[in-house]
Amino acid sequence: MSEPVEFLTVQNRKQPNYKLRFILLILAAAACILLSFVVGRFSINMADVLQILASAFLSAISGSISYLLSPFPGIQNAVLGPLSQFIVSVDTWDYAMYSVVINIRLPRILAALLVGAALSTAGAAYQGMFQNPLVSPDILGASAGAGFGACLAIYLSLGSGMVTILAFAGGLTAVLVAYVVSRLTKGSATLSMVLAGILVGSLFSASTSYIKLVADTNEQLPEITYWLMGSLAGATMNDVIFAGIIIILGTLPIFLLRWRMNVLTLGEDEAKSMGVNTHRLRFVVIVCATLITAVAVSISGIIGWVGLVIPHFCRMLFGYDYRRIVPAAIILGGGFLLLVDDVSRTIATTEVPIGILTAFIGAPIFAYLLMMGGKRS
Amino acid sequence: MRLSVNNLSFSYGKHLPLVLDDISFSAKGGDLLAVLGPNGVGKSTMFRCILGFLRNYSGEIILNGANIKSLTHKQIAKHVAYIPQSTYPVFNYSVLDVVLMGVTNQLSLLSAPNQDHINEAYAAMQSLGIAHLRDAGYGEISGGERQLTLIARALVQKAKVLIMDEPTANLDYGNQFRVMCRISDLAKEGYIIILSTHNPDHAFLYANRVLTIQGGKVIADGSPDNVLDAKLIKDVYNVDVRIEEFQSETRHHKLCIPIEGGVKCETASLRMKK
Repeated sequence: MSEPVEFLTVQNRKQPNYKLRFILLILAAAACILLSFVVGRFSINMADVLQILASAFLSAISGSISYLLSPFPGIQNAVLGPLSQFIVSVDTWDYAMYSVVINIRLPRILAALLVGAALSTAGAAYQGMFQNPLVSPDILGASAGAGFGACLAIYLSLGSGMVTILAFAGGLTAVLVAYVVSRLTKGSATLSMVLAGILVGSLFSASTSYIKLVADTNEQLPEITYWLMGSLAGATMNDVIFAGIIIILGTLPIFLLRWRMNVLTLGEDEAKSMGVNTHRLRFVVIVCATLITAVAVSISGIIGWVGLVIPHFCRMLFGYDYRRIVPAAIILGGGFLLLVDDVSRTIATTEVPIGILTAFIGAPIFAYLLMMGGKRS
Repeated sequence: MRLSVNNLSFSYGKHLPLVLDDISFSAKGGDLLAVLGPNGVGKSTMFRCILGFLRNYSGEIILNGANIKSLTHKQIAKHVAYIPQSTYPVFNYSVLDVVLMGVTNQLSLLSAPNQDHINEAYAAMQSLGIAHLRDAGYGEISGGERQLTLIARALVQKAKVLIMDEPTANLDYGNQFRVMCRISDLAKEGYIIILSTHNPDHAFLYANRVLTIQGGKVIADGSPDNVLDAKLIKDVYNVDVRIEEFQSETRHHKLCIPIEGGVKCETASLRMKK
């Protein structure tokens, strides 16, 4: 142990209480979720919402119990009799109310949470991997590809299910092409990947423009334009299940590898010198971030801003360590998009596309945080 | 612990000239090897070969009997740590976090450092006198402190060979000596330290070996007092100097002093040898 070196020392700053911040963030997100069931043109009060959710939850449980206990009819009746009686006894709402909460608002809320979480996690991952805080999830062309896929499906009148599927496929194709192109070039791996992403993205954007040019101006063009602005209005439970599975599968590796992502932000050489297999790690992160971006865009349309800026919010609140940034991005991204979606469906008589509102709502908040002296990132 | 570089030659392309031309040297624990040579002479390229970043060289680099070329990055990182020139970070991690990243090699793929690792990192910071910077942002501390942070990270990595790319570049006059002093302490503890420098005085004061490279070739290898003379420095840097000797209370020193008029200040003499 030696005495401190007499360098010019900076004011030692105390670590903020990150645990408390996480608890507050989770509570805020939970409040947001409950609030989202209440707001909307069809007015439902909070008590009804809670009862409907509890009853739906209990029905789901009783459903699974009856499935599990089906070999034992005696026990099944003994358990399910009182349960279903209870469910019926608290059933004080009309069917329209139930339908709005369970069939309309629930899928939409889940979709907002999933898309927001996916975009901001992917943004955080890409930013670290490319050592550039200005990178967004569209950097490798995922959004442009998805946009093209969706427009193609609309142009060919394939139906809404195919719009989602082609959008997802388009997003993956764009990134795959960008990746292959970058592997065929010489020079810095990250730089050529970004350039290839821009190149492929512009190709797909041009193709989208061409489709807009030739599309039917009464039916298809408005639909294409509306899709490209982003909206969760059409989100169905099927969309949520499809996107949910892929988003969970794609987010899990990013979540588990988040310590290593810290090391990757130092750059190729330094990470290698600390024993990190940079090629493999980068590949895994790119695949996962691309999957979740493409699937999010495929059910929501193009929603900019979230993937770029939410990671910055996270850094202001939780520092730079990816061990905290990844969970923070999931919660904050989901909560933010949910909030914006609530505004989008209540602010005017016709719905305002969420892709427009993310910037309108997010930019002032971000400016405020910057002015309040957030740390540099 | 022994590192030998045998007949190392490297070029960045088949038809491009050799950057490294038949370089051989070896180092053992306790050595502080200063690599001297003008900009663009291949010092960094040589380091990149030793670190396993570049692999298409000819010749061999042997670490404790194992050929570096056949080792993975994870295996190399157990023995060799890299201390790059400290640059302003993209993301402003805390100093403790930066040091902590050195333990990554000891972790399984999906795990993160635990309290023991944090204690280890803190101990390394204490030994270098930067423990008080624990929670400061890496981007907010001085260049010298940043350099010591990177050295602490290398200590936590538990590698015995430390490769330092101009550790005193961009440091002020005082910090240069403070950092060099810490580095020479590490050599005394048994680390092998290979660093590049442009300051002959640093070699005189702290190194026990100096390796001078010019045109990709080793032109001198030996103890600084024996090898570094006015002619060599003239050859390498094209500056006329005088080597002065003086006796301090503890030891005999040599110092390198540029002669008045020894450097021609026309633009043409600012050599950038490639």
